[in-house]
Amino acid sequence: MQQVAATVAPGQDTPQDTLTIDRLKAYYINEHYGIKREIRAVDDISLVVRKNEIYGLAGESSSGKTSLIKTLAGAIRPPMRVVGGSVTFDFGGERIDVYRQPEKMRAARWRNLSYIMQGSMNVLNPVRRVKHSFRDFALRHMDGANFQQRLEAHLQRLQLAPTVLEAFPHQLSGGMRQRLTIALATICEPEFIIADEPTTALDVLVQQDVLALIKEVQQRLGSSVVFVTHDMSVHAAITDRLGIMYAGRLVEEGPTAEIFAHPQHPYTAHLINSLPRIGDLRIRKSLSGKPPALVDPPGGCRFHPRCPLAIERCKTEPPPMLPSKANGRVACHRAGEAEVA
Amino acid sequence: MRAYVLELDHVSKVFPVGGLFSRRRLTAVNDVSFALAEDRPEIFAVVGESGSGKSTIANMILGSERPSSGHLRFGGVDIATLRGRKAREAFMARVQPVFQNPFEAFNPLSRIDEYLFATAHRFAGADAPQRKHEIADEALQRVGLSMAEIKGRFPHELSGGQLQRIAVARALIPGPKLIVADEPVSMIDASLRMSIVNLFRALRDELRVSIIYITHDLATAYYISDRVIIMRKGIVVEQGEARAVLDNPSHPYSIALKNAVLPPDPIRASAIIRARGARATIPVDGG
Repeated sequence: MQQVAATVAPGQDTPQDTLTIDRLKAYYINEHYGIKREIRAVDDISLVVRKNEIYGLAGESSSGKTSLIKTLAGAIRPPMRVVGGSVTFDFGGERIDVYRQPEKMRAARWRNLSYIMQGSMNVLNPVRRVKHSFRDFALRHMDGANFQQRLEAHLQRLQLAPTVLEAFPHQLSGGMRQRLTIALATICEPEFIIADEPTTALDVLVQQDVLALIKEVQQRLGSSVVFVTHDMSVHAAITDRLGIMYAGRLVEEGPTAEIFAHPQHPYTAHLINSLPRIGDLRIRKSLSGKPPALVDPPGGCRFHPRCPLAIERCKTEPPPMLPSKANGRVACHRAGEAEVA
Repeated sequence: MRAYVLELDHVSKVFPVGGLFSRRRLTAVNDVSFALAEDRPEIFAVVGESGSGKSTIANMILGSERPSSGHLRFGGVDIATLRGRKAREAFMARVQPVFQNPFEAFNPLSRIDEYLFATAHRFAGADAPQRKHEIADEALQRVGLSMAEIKGRFPHELSGGQLQRIAVARALIPGPKLIVADEPVSMIDASLRMSIVNLFRALRDELRVSIIYITHDLATAYYISDRVIIMRKGIVVEQGEARAVLDNPSHPYSIALKNAVLPPDPIRASAIIRARGARATIPVDGG
């Protein structure tokens, strides 16, 4: 990979990778009465997140998307273990291998790597004023001088009045609280932000404001964002590139616009085609079956029992990840044939 | 006079809020009227955000909440006048609920088929195990499942989509005229969601059951419903034929709600977000 000098201003087209995940495997390993069970929540995933981009992760429940973001943040606990592969961050030239340099990773938390979580009520301390949550989270990660002024200036940039600092979380609306968690996650101007379903719990009218705010902050800081949601419309609105997960594996990846225009994997095609649209009354189909249990996933391609295009080969041979026609990668023996399905 | 399955006649619901001596009142539902015709089953969508009063309407239709004023009539009889267990059960058999979260609707420690058998016993008068089995199987066939698939299974062994279809099958056993579905797909995985939505359409067309579809999702409301009311803070701001209302909403709130739906199209959706970000005045909605 070409190394780009750290002095390059954000916003320019410099494909520098902030995060590199290489053949990552993270399993839940349980042992009951001598019987070992493995749940392959993250199974051989490789991907990069570039500087200054929003990378979307889409998938259903039990697709492994939450396990993947926990693993890349180094926030996993037994019984989950990394059994192979690596996660490497590059914060302005400083490379950190998450699982080999845990002390460096600790120092990078919040300063370089932060999170926007789904339940804002669980982030802001419910019995203390908002300003205390900011102190508790951020103060130790940044220079303490003029903390109050910097905090207010930061809120000002996010269109939040400084008076909210004196409020208790229950006095604020859901959209307001979610904006505060974004403020909290971005106050240290991190290079990397993980956003886990940040708009799922919000009312529709507030959703767009919160998405616009995330986009705006991301562009101003030039940060990389991994944005997790099951809602394909949200991916369409905000992500630059998109990875689709199914049963612990990445099945397709590419620029969001091209994936929506030409989905290459039958699962991706289904996710996009099944969305109802206002003004369009065509019958939307549903897939048969259900997402597989990760304890005992089907052999071959994990999607084959539900796939309308499955052939003999799909039952035995796991498809490799290969370059796709949608300018990305896809793991499917019949890639590209699903476009009109 | 036309016969109605369900009639809401100037229905309001007021909740006291705050402590014992507080005089504050919250009007959750404010003067709502609509009626579903007997001879023409339909899917009737009640659309609104949280706090719009849509779930309070569902509770009142199911008879678990009484209106503060106005009348709800089911088959011409005021629900508030039902007295005694017999009358209540006859009413419950005709109006059946489907809830939002199928994982919470089923007891995790009971087998799924027990639910269906209990409903068959109580509402369909089946006593012999063989008969219960038949009734349950017939209802499951309606929703694209069968007894063979679920016999002896526990809720955690099934997907959300399957559980929700079983919840619908259970609701069908008493032979209802009306199903009240409160956000029935919001907890269901994307690849299974349309199976539930399409099922409602089949129930309307094949079993001639009317459905009250309560949702915040305009896109699915547009897709399946015949008529729609849009609610805000307990008040119906707009109502009418679903396609007409959602293609051309006229109330500012309906327009805002429609504009808040992100199209599943990266070019249009990202343009909406950019335009929103450029407007430097994001209203601060706290307080």
